Amino acid sequence: MSLVTEKPVPVTDAINPPVAQSRFHKDGPLLKRLPLLPALVFMIIVTQVPFVLTLIISFFNWNSLYPNDVYFSWFSNYVAVFVNPDLRNAMLVTVQITVVVVLVSLLLGLGIALLLDRKFWGRGAVRTLLIAPFLIVPVAAALVWKHALYNPSYGLFNGILTWIWGLFGAGSQAPQPDWISQFPLHSVELELIWQWTPFMMLILLAGLQGRPLDVIEAAKMDGASEWQIFRYLTFPHLRQYLELAALLGSIYVVQTFDSVFTLTSGSLGTANLPFTIYQQFTLGHDYGGSSASGVVVVFLSIALATFALRTVSTLLKDESK
Amino acid sequence: MKKRSRIITASVAVMSVSLALSACSGAAGGSNGGNNQSINVLMVNNPQMADLQKLTDDNFTKDTGIKVNYTSLPENDARAKISTEFSAQAGQYDVASISAYEVPSFAANGWLSPLDSIASSSDFNQGDVFPSLTQALTVNGSLYAEPFYGESSFLMYRKDIFAAKGLTMPSNPTWQQVADLAAQVDGAEPDMKGICLRGQAGWGQVFAPLTTVVNTFGGTWFDKDWNAGVNSPEFEAATQFYVDLVKAHGEAGAAQAGFTECLTNMTQGKVAMWYDATSAAGSLEASDSPVAGKMGYVAAPVDKTKSSGWLWSWAWGIQKASKNQDAAQKFIEWASSSKYENLVGTQLGWSQVPAGKRSSTYDNADYTKASSAFFQQTKDAILSADPTNPGLQPRPAPGIQFVAIPEFADMATQVSQGVSAAIAGQQTVQQALSDGQAVAQAVGDKYKK
Amino acid sequence: MTAILPRTLIGTSTPEKRTRVRNRKAWLGVLAWVIALVAFAPIAWMILTSFHSETTAATNPPSLFAPWTFEGWASFFGAETGVSPLPYFINSAVTSLGSTLIVLILATPAAYALSIRPVKKWSDVMFFFLTTKMLPMVAGLLPIYLIAKQLGLLDTTTILILVYTSMNIPIAVWMMRSFLQEIPAEILEAAEIDGAGFFFKFVKIIIPLASPGLAATALICFIFSWNELLFANALTSVSAATAPVFLTSFITSRGLFLAKVCAASFAVSLPVLIAGFAAQDKLVQGLSLGSVK
Repeated sequence: MSLVTEKPVPVTDAINPPVAQSRFHKDGPLLKRLPLLPALVFMIIVTQVPFVLTLIISFFNWNSLYPNDVYFSWFSNYVAVFVNPDLRNAMLVTVQITVVVVLVSLLLGLGIALLLDRKFWGRGAVRTLLIAPFLIVPVAAALVWKHALYNPSYGLFNGILTWIWGLFGAGSQAPQPDWISQFPLHSVELELIWQWTPFMMLILLAGLQGRPLDVIEAAKMDGASEWQIFRYLTFPHLRQYLELAALLGSIYVVQTFDSVFTLTSGSLGTANLPFTIYQQFTLGHDYGGSSASGVVVVFLSIALATFALRTVSTLLKDESK
Repeated sequence: MKKRSRIITASVAVMSVSLALSACSGAAGGSNGGNNQSINVLMVNNPQMADLQKLTDDNFTKDTGIKVNYTSLPENDARAKISTEFSAQAGQYDVASISAYEVPSFAANGWLSPLDSIASSSDFNQGDVFPSLTQALTVNGSLYAEPFYGESSFLMYRKDIFAAKGLTMPSNPTWQQVADLAAQVDGAEPDMKGICLRGQAGWGQVFAPLTTVVNTFGGTWFDKDWNAGVNSPEFEAATQFYVDLVKAHGEAGAAQAGFTECLTNMTQGKVAMWYDATSAAGSLEASDSPVAGKMGYVAAPVDKTKSSGWLWSWAWGIQKASKNQDAAQKFIEWASSSKYENLVGTQLGWSQVPAGKRSSTYDNADYTKASSAFFQQTKDAILSADPTNPGLQPRPAPGIQFVAIPEFADMATQVSQGVSAAIAGQQTVQQALSDGQAVAQAVGDKYKK
Repeated sequence: MTAILPRTLIGTSTPEKRTRVRNRKAWLGVLAWVIALVAFAPIAWMILTSFHSETTAATNPPSLFAPWTFEGWASFFGAETGVSPLPYFINSAVTSLGSTLIVLILATPAAYALSIRPVKKWSDVMFFFLTTKMLPMVAGLLPIYLIAKQLGLLDTTTILILVYTSMNIPIAVWMMRSFLQEIPAEILEAAEIDGAGFFFKFVKIIIPLASPGLAATALICFIFSWNELLFANALTSVSAATAPVFLTSFITSRGLFLAKVCAASFAVSLPVLIAGFAAQDKLVQGLSLGSVK
C-alpha cells in the first residue's frame, strides 16, 4: 500500500513536499486522512450549515416584525444590496480601515520590534508594557478610548492639552478638538492601531530573533552600517514575517465590530461592513436583506481571500527551508 | 522532557478544572425551564433599573419565593436583543422592558401576553396610572405593558448663572427666547457653553429632542396620508434652528453627545441649560451632584404649539412564549406598583423613585418634598403631552418624539446620521434632509397601499 | 556572506564612531521606554480612573490626584445591583478553556495529517481552513441563532464553545502545523522502526515534542475566545452570559458610568493580561506560527 510516492504530485503540492513524505510507507490514504477528518468535518458543519441557511433566507422577503408576511422573493434582496449605497460605502470604509490599520501598525510594529531587538535597561518591562494593548478586551478598549480619552470635555487628550497650555498660564486658550466628530474615521483607526501594533510587533520580534546572528556579526566586522545591515540582511529575512503579520492582521481587522459600534455607532461615515450588516439585522429587522448582504460579502471576501492567499502560498513555500 | 511533561500536566489540570466547571454551570443553566419559581428579565440599564435589581432579592423574592434573573444592557443592545428574542419567541426571557414604540407591533404579532388581569386588580389600581400612558400601551382594548417609570422633556437651567447675569427664564419659553438666552449665558463662566442638546446619531438620541422641535415648528415625519415631510420647510427650519443653536452655543463634542454626555456637562458646569428628559432632574438633584439646588426647570420650549414635551415610558411586557406567565405577572404587579415606589423612597431615597407614571406619586408628601424643584413641572409636562396629536397636523400613527411604526427606528437612525454629520460640520442640513426624505418616503409608500 | 554587501558601502570603524554608536544606543533605549509608556498610558489611565468617583473621573484638566475611592470597584462587585460578577467570569472561563481544549484536540491531529504525514491536497485543506476565517462573522449571527434555538442550545455554554471552536480551529491548525514541522523526522522514523502505531506515536512522541507549540496555540485561542462579545451577546441570556457581556451592563445611556466601566474593563481584561504577561515568549512563538523556537 505504499501509494504515496507513486502518484504524481498535484501542482499545489509541488510548492512544498513536506519533509517526511517519502520516508514512511505504512499507512494507507484512509488512515492518513483519519486524523484530519474530525477538524475538517467539524469546520464544514459549523461554517457551511449556517452559510447554506443564510443563502436560503437571502431569497426570502422576511422582516422579523412582520412574521405573517414572509415569502419567497427570488433575487429582490440582492437587487436591493446592489442598489443600496450604504453597503457600497461600507465596503470602502472597511477597505480603508483595514489598509490603514494594518499598514500603520505594521510600520510601528516594525520600528518597535527593531528597538526591542537591542539590549537596554528594562527591556523586558518595556516589552510587557507594549504587549498590554493587545490583551485588553476590545470592547473595553473602545469604551475607554471613547469616554476617557477622546471625549472633548473631559477626555484625557484634551485634558493634557489644557494642562500643557496651563503650564504657560493659558489653560483656557488650549485647543480642545472634538476628536471623534472632527476625525471620525481616524479616531476609529487610531484606537485599532493602538490595539494591533503589539500584535504586529510580536510577530516581527519573533522574526528578528530568528535572524542568523553570525552573518550579522560578520557584516559588522566588515564595517557595514546599521542601515546596510537592515536593508540587506534584516529586511529580506523579515519579509516573510511582514507578509504573515499583514495577512493575519487583515483577517482580524476586516471583522472589526466592537470599535465601530462603541466609538461612533457607525455615524459620521464610519460604518464598516460588519456594522452595516448588524444594523440591517437588528435595527431594520430585515432578515432577508441582511442575509443577502452577508452572502455578497462572503463571496467578495472569498475573492479577496484567494488574492491574499497567493501571499500565503509564498509563506507555505518558504517556511520549510 | 521534564519541563514539557510539566507543561502537559499543568494544561491537563487546567482543562479538567474547566470541564468540571462546565458541568456545574450546565446544571445551573437549567434553571429557566420548568421551574416556575424563577423568571428572566431583559431590560435597559438605566439607573431606575439598577435600583430595581438591588431591591428585588430582599423584597420580591423574599415575599413570593420567585427568583428574578436580570440581563441589563445599554439601550441599543437591549432593543436589538428584545426584538430578536420576541420575534423568534425564543422564550429565554419572561419579561422585557418595552415602550409605546414596540407595543403596537409586538401586540399585533401576538408576541405579548395581555395584562388585563393586572389592570383590573384593585390592588394595582390602574386608574392611578396616567391615562395617556395606559392608552399608549393598549392595543385593541387590551393592555400589553405596565409602565415602570414615565418621563416627558423640559428645559433645565442654572438659576445661579441666570441670576448672576441678570437674566430671567420665562416659565413657558419659546425656542427663540431660549436661543437668545443661550447666546447670553454662553461663556458666563470659563468653559461654559449656553445649552446642551443631544447630537449623537440614533433615533432615540438626537431625534428625541429634535422631533419635538420639529413638531412645535409645524413639521412632521409623515402627514396623515403617509407623505414624508422630512424636506418640508418646517422640518428643515426646525432642524436648521437646532443645528445652528448647538453649533453656536452648544456643548463641546455635540455630534457625539447623548443624554449621558449632557448630564456630565451639566453637573460639571460646562453648560448653563439643557433640554432633555424630565427624569434627568433626579440625577441633577441627587445629594452628590455639584449642581443640586442650583437648578431651575421650565416647560419644554415651544414655537407654534402650546406645549412640546415628549412622552416616554419604559414598561414591562410579558413574552407570549414565556412558560412562567404567573410569576411574570406577579413581578410586574410588584415592580409597577406604588408600593414599590415607596420601597425605593424609604430604602434608597425619594429622589430615586421611578416616578412619572402614577398621579399618587405626586400626592406623596415625602416625594414632593424631595423633588420640590421639579415635580410640578414634570407632572405638568407629562399631562400636557398628547401622543395622538403632538403637532399642527393630524398624524397617521401615534407618538410624539417617534412614529409608532416598526420601520421608524431604522429610518430615523439613517436620517440622524446625516443630522449628526451636519452638527459636526461635514454636510449641510439641507443635504441631510433631502437624503432623509428619500428614506422616509420609501417607508411611507409601504403604508400608502 | 559579506559578499552580498556592495564593496563600496563598507567603511571602517573608528573609536570615535563607536562612542557615538553607544550614545545613540542609550538614546534608543530611552525612546523605547517613551513609546512603551505612551502605549500603556490609556491602560494606566483606565486603572487610575477606576479608583476615582464618577464626578472626579470626568474633569478637565484631568484630576490625577483626586482622592481615591472604591466606588467604581464596589459597583463592579455588585454594590448597585446586587449582581455578582463571578458567574460571568466562570462562564467565560468555561467557554474559553473548553473551546481551547476542543480546538487543540481537533487541530493537532489535523495538523499532523497536514505536515508529518501529509494527505494529498494538503495545501488546499490549509487554504480552506484559512478561508473560513475570512467570512464575516456577523453574517453568521442570524443562522446560528436560529439553529441554536432549534436545538435548544440558546443560553448554554455549549453553543458558545462550538462557535469559539470553529472561530479558532483555522488559526490553530496553521500554528500547530508549523510547530509539528519542526519535529525532527529522525525521531519519528525511529519510532516507526520500533513498530509504533499512530496512536502511540501521537501521544508518546508528538504531543510531548509539540507541547511548547500546544501551549502557544492554547494561549492565542484563549485570548480570542475570552475577548469575543458579538456572539456571546446574541446567544446567551441569563445562565451562560460571559464577562464581556457583563462589562456592557455598566454602559448606560442614562447616567454617569466612567469609573464603573473602567473598573469593569480592567477586571474583565485581567485574566487575559495575566495569561499574556506570564507567557510572553509563548505569544511571540505562537504568533510567528512557530517559526521561532
